[in-house]
Amino acid sequence: MVKKQQTFAEAMTTLEEIVRQLEQGDVPLENAIDLYKQGMELSQFCHSKLQHAEEQLISIVQETGETTAFDPLKGEN
Amino acid sequence: MSSASYLTVKALTKYIKRKFDADPHLREVYVKGELSNVKIHQSGHIYFTLKDDGARIAATMFKTAASKLAFEPKDGMQVFIRGDVNVYEGYGTYQLYVQEMQPDGIGSLFVAFNQLKEQLQKEGLFKTEWKQSIPKFPVKIGILTSTTGAAIRDICTTLKRRYPLAEILIYPTLVQGAQAAPSIVQSIERANRDAGCDVLLVGRGGGSIEDLWAFNEEVVARAIFGSQIPIISAVGHETDTTIADYVADLRAPTPTAAAEMAVPDQQELFQRVLAQKSQLHQIVRAQLMAERQRLNKLQQSYPLSMPDRLYRPFTEKLAQLELGLQKAMQVDLMKKAAQLQKLHSAVEQQSPKKALAFHQKELETRVRQLTRSATYFVTKQKQQFEASVRTLEALNPLAILTRGFTVAYKDDKMLKSSANLKQKDQLTLTFHDGKVIAEVTSVLPNNEGE
Repeated sequence: MVKKQQTFAEAMTTLEEIVRQLEQGDVPLENAIDLYKQGMELSQFCHSKLQHAEEQLISIVQETGETTAFDPLKGEN
Repeated sequence: MSSASYLTVKALTKYIKRKFDADPHLREVYVKGELSNVKIHQSGHIYFTLKDDGARIAATMFKTAASKLAFEPKDGMQVFIRGDVNVYEGYGTYQLYVQEMQPDGIGSLFVAFNQLKEQLQKEGLFKTEWKQSIPKFPVKIGILTSTTGAAIRDICTTLKRRYPLAEILIYPTLVQGAQAAPSIVQSIERANRDAGCDVLLVGRGGGSIEDLWAFNEEVVARAIFGSQIPIISAVGHETDTTIADYVADLRAPTPTAAAEMAVPDQQELFQRVLAQKSQLHQIVRAQLMAERQRLNKLQQSYPLSMPDRLYRPFTEKLAQLELGLQKAMQVDLMKKAAQLQKLHSAVEQQSPKKALAFHQKELETRVRQLTRSATYFVTKQKQQFEASVRTLEALNPLAILTRGFTVAYKDDKMLKSSANLKQKDQLTLTFHDGKVIAEVTSVLPNNEGE
């Protein structure tokens, strides 16, 4: 299955929804296992997103609409 | 006095200026008075006279200081001034150089503030029903502030520390001075046009009421209210409250706090993801266990634990049916056999076998008769033959030989007469027991011998 590029927020929301669904306890076993697998993939995705989100993209939007990088420690270039 | 003893005006003025410079009381003075003859120069500098009942003093407020004014100085205004007194050498006048100016009883600003607040409140701009919710996990965060202040640094470092997932777009914005309000409005509008941000942080670091005044401007309040993107206001320090804070979707006490409110904390998220993960484990494990128990129960149930009982009735029924089938088959077979027998007899009645036997018998009789006749015939022939043989034997000339007769042959021809014999002829004389070759010595006819 080709998954569309999902954001952290979407993954987190889906993960929470899956946990909620499973908590209700009325999901048939096959579905529960599918959901579980999906949930584990999502948690892995979220985890690695968090782990690898080290470089934050910070840029200044100029009046022309162009963007330039900004280093908060040095100020505007 | 010689002319050399006279001071130049310039030297005198310089001397006086040095006196002013040296006097610490003149370096920072606080004066209150009424504005008069206010002139705002194109360059941004403001010139006026500060007066009271007893005196007046010329005053200058240069552009840098003037730009920080939250209000427009007008003749007749009572003001409080902080500045220094010095000499303007060109005119030889002393004047007040103004650093800060506040209208009498700062109160006038608060009055303005309260009036605007009341008006906007009446219009409903502060109502919670208009507040947009702040996204839990913003992907793009817009920051509307000065790129040179401490606020931008605080916000960026906080965001970086807490949630490096989000992209940060900075819209450089003037947050102080006369141009601040239009600049803030413009930035809000630009950010909304770009429509890329999930949340906007609008604000600046702390400062005097004048410094923060742009955030009390009506245009700013309306721009915040009109923003399609949720706005977190982050103006000044914790104690400073501006109109912008009331209109914003969320108010943060400081820029750092705004950054904290805009994003979740990465570490907390880690914990949350882990919690979700372990919850997933637990739930599924529990469900599996429950299902397994259910299965065990079912497996131990009467039909599954003793399956033979389930099919026993069918086995019995099958046996019964087999028996019935066998019986039916036998009956049918017997019936068929009888029919066959009947048919067989019928056919037998018509069978050529009987005729065949009859003819066989007759044939046998005939064969017997024939044999008998043949035997009789043969015997008879045999007897005749034997009689003939006996007769023949009786007539056998060779038998005569035994009685002493011989038979003579010449050239294999039996001699019946001596007539044709001559001397020297070779004769073969056959005796009953052998042959003798003899030579004729003489032929004697019968009459000569008599």
